[in-house]
Amino acid sequence: MKSICFYFQVHQPFRLRTFRFFDIGVNHNYFDDYANRYILRRVADKCYIPANNVILNLIKEFGSSFKVSYSISGTALDQFEMYTPDVLESFQRLAETGCVEFLAETYSHSLSSLKSKNEFFKQVNEQAAKIERLFGKKPTTFRNTELIYSDGIGEMVSEMGFKTMLTEGAKHILGWKSPNYMYCNSINPKLKLLLKNFRLSDDIAFRFSQQSWSEWPVTTEKYVDWLNSVDGREECINLFMDYETFGEHQWPETGIFDFLKALPGRVLSHSNFKFNTPSELTNLLQPVSPIYVPYPISWADEERDLTAWLGNELQDDAFNRLYELEDKVNHCSDENIIRDWKYLQTSDHFYYMCTKWFSDGDVHKYFNPFNSPYEAFINFMNILSDFQIRLDEKCHGMAAIPVVSENEKAEQPEIKKSVLQPVQKKINEIKEVVKKKTAKKVISEKIQKIAKSKVVKETVNKKQEIKVRGSEIKLLESLARPAIKQIFKEYDLKILAMALQGAGEELTDKVRSSIGQGAGRKLTTALNRIKLPKSKEVKEARRLIEEQIKKYFASKKNI
Amino acid sequence: MKVLMFGWEFPPHITGGLGTACFGLTKALLKQGVEILFVVPKAYGDESQEAVRLINASDVSIDIRNEIYQEYWKQITYMEIGSNLIPYTSPEEFQKIISQNLLDGADINQSVFSEHFVFSGKYGKDLMQEVSRYALIATSLAATNTFDVIHAHDWLTYPAGIAAKNISGKPLVIHVHATEFDRSGENINQNVYDIERKGMEAADMIITVSNLTRQIVIDRYGIHPDKVITVHNAVDDPVNPAVLDAKKHVKEKVVTFLGRVTFQKGPDYFVEAANKVLQKDGNVRFVMAGQGDMLNRMIKRVAQLRISTKFHFTGFLKGDDVDRMFAMSDVYVMPSVSEPFGISPLEAMRSSVPVVISKQSGVSEVLRYAMKVDFWDIDALSDAIYGLLHYNALSKMFMRYGKIEVDNMKWDNSAIRVKYIYDMMLNK
Repeated sequence: MKSICFYFQVHQPFRLRTFRFFDIGVNHNYFDDYANRYILRRVADKCYIPANNVILNLIKEFGSSFKVSYSISGTALDQFEMYTPDVLESFQRLAETGCVEFLAETYSHSLSSLKSKNEFFKQVNEQAAKIERLFGKKPTTFRNTELIYSDGIGEMVSEMGFKTMLTEGAKHILGWKSPNYMYCNSINPKLKLLLKNFRLSDDIAFRFSQQSWSEWPVTTEKYVDWLNSVDGREECINLFMDYETFGEHQWPETGIFDFLKALPGRVLSHSNFKFNTPSELTNLLQPVSPIYVPYPISWADEERDLTAWLGNELQDDAFNRLYELEDKVNHCSDENIIRDWKYLQTSDHFYYMCTKWFSDGDVHKYFNPFNSPYEAFINFMNILSDFQIRLDEKCHGMAAIPVVSENEKAEQPEIKKSVLQPVQKKINEIKEVVKKKTAKKVISEKIQKIAKSKVVKETVNKKQEIKVRGSEIKLLESLARPAIKQIFKEYDLKILAMALQGAGEELTDKVRSSIGQGAGRKLTTALNRIKLPKSKEVKEARRLIEEQIKKYFASKKNI
Repeated sequence: MKVLMFGWEFPPHITGGLGTACFGLTKALLKQGVEILFVVPKAYGDESQEAVRLINASDVSIDIRNEIYQEYWKQITYMEIGSNLIPYTSPEEFQKIISQNLLDGADINQSVFSEHFVFSGKYGKDLMQEVSRYALIATSLAATNTFDVIHAHDWLTYPAGIAAKNISGKPLVIHVHATEFDRSGENINQNVYDIERKGMEAADMIITVSNLTRQIVIDRYGIHPDKVITVHNAVDDPVNPAVLDAKKHVKEKVVTFLGRVTFQKGPDYFVEAANKVLQKDGNVRFVMAGQGDMLNRMIKRVAQLRISTKFHFTGFLKGDDVDRMFAMSDVYVMPSVSEPFGISPLEAMRSSVPVVISKQSGVSEVLRYAMKVDFWDIDALSDAIYGLLHYNALSKMFMRYGKIEVDNMKWDNSAIRVKYIYDMMLNK
């Protein structure tokens, strides 16, 4: 018995209204209520309601033999609640049948998995909670925005406790392998992966009504023949597609609803396939091998990569500027700010800024309310400018947190070897001194002096003896608080936490209070996560910390 | 292949984009192995001769009493040049011409028929007279030179083209750089329109500078679409690369409008957009370079809006000054109400200046790295300007890729298409 796994993506962004520069600081409503209401109603009438009815009737007809799964973004759910509650009710009726699985994703269909683990976790938890509240079941399968996946993302998803994740069966990661098996994450094999069979999926989603295609028209007979021609040992065919395929991308006139109505009957009577949800497959199948995805993939365009959302100058700038605000937003309790922050992260806003003109230009055009990527960018940046002003006003207590833009960072000069050398020399000297059991205090003073002067001078030559274990971390003790903040504000707090193991309560407190409230809190979390530190790990972390401090002084000297 | 080409102006004596376009095209055609006899009404002697053999129409003397010319003149009247000419003279003069039976060459006092007519070469009040005289000379040139194709640029030279065609029997290409609808909106000059239409009808092929213009030729002049081909304009390398290094001397960002200050170019939308931007951001200066009948009104409006300290007028710029102006600009704006093509944005992009252009311009058909707005949408126009001034990612992208884009728009490509059209006609 082989399985077919149907999964439909249901997503609607909060479309932005035309927001001119003279609206900055004046108007704070960013969303085009009229367009959103109109489009939601239209898509509901053309797709969601009729398609849900078809699915519901199929479930009534075939009982538990027919199963499907959905992921519905939080922004879509919010808009169902606001504009089309009938759609929400219709999904709830589907949920009651028990033949439908709802998957978890990011609340605002965002790209946060690529930028901020913290924000990613927050959004997924919020989304999962919403699904549980509306449909009565906590999701156990995860599906990232547009099937974006990499080894690292899979690891994070596994950390959140999900058992299975869906992604694209992209040719360039599979090579000779077939997508029709269960795979697993290469870092944490506990996370199982279901890969989209893009040929059979796209036969329905994109080519169904394409009359220039040699296989047109697609009938259920033909389609089931294709399914039967799949190698006998293969285990599951994963058909993943936009739910809007039914009725919106493929109009009812193309016969797409009739196809959907007739397919399950044909499959069940003329093949040895059955229908399963992702979580059922998790229990049924064993992963055949791990899959290696060092760079993120997605299900979009020919390239199956991220270039639909990120990569050109406009997208990268807007994306980075947006996430620079994350810390501030995290310290803000204003409801409107938090809502707008979520909705602004929706990946569609970056999709509109795509400048890939040729290969997939048509698809992009179809989904794009803007005339050009430039207008989309200017509009988004105008809104972001206003959002930033509001954020500063509403959360002025946090205004002290400096926002360092990615650009500025990139423009910082590379650390030159010649600059690093004297610093290295100095640190070696200090280490030697430390090893020879010189008085700890003296050394601290020396290092403090270095830190204050920002430029390493030829000072320490006397060899004094003290006894300190794990000398590197003591560098921290002597650093001034602003310096600590400067050095570690963008630093991985997990490493810092590891390095602080065994460094004493006093030093930990000092570091925690120096790096700012938000980071401090995260540091505490990171510290709590570490249960049994290995000395090897601590050493490695301390080495990294030392390197970071060196880099800092080197760059200071450079300036 | 030899082409008899009729133009109206040639660098450096230009009043608009026509001369620049003719120069770029002829130079590139030369590279395609096309020989060109370029006729202008008045040559000053300092025109660039690198591309073509320039013929000064003023130097061509004809004796209207000569029987040959009498014959040609009949040909011309057959083409109803006379009816084009006469309505443009004053009614009194018209009477005089009729009574003197001038068209039969009985009285040759009229300047058109003098042996040495001096062309002004400008768009003056005797324009129609010059146009007809130009046609008369075309007959003479057509009879005394050998060539394969006739190519006439814009309506002023159409009668000349038609005349040359009738004398020589060679195929005629007319090149539409602008139509009467672009120049005058809906209040067209019927006589100019008639000349244009006659030219288009007489032509074997029509080249338009954009699809926008092509559509006008088809819709408004009733020309069969098969006869009309679009060949987009291009831009040459700057004359003097040194001016590209010109530095601006103000610390503010500079936003520039450059072109005739006339209805067609939409200067009023530029002023209104400037006002909107300045309300939000005082750290910008706006420059309007050019002359025209709306200039005084613009100066008044700027004063009325109280933005004179941030809004500057330079008058007409030409040659290096244009490139220098571009080099000092941070954004170039072309809000034309109607622009058959519009070379100036290409010149700006060549100097790595981001541009905002109106959707109602032919050049918007070929540009990707440009902000395109409706000319009347002042909100969108000012928003585009503001965006380019404030969001570096966008302006950097435009500067980088816009330059590459324009560098790839060569007159050579246009010339290849024009040559192809010549070949097509000759092989028909």
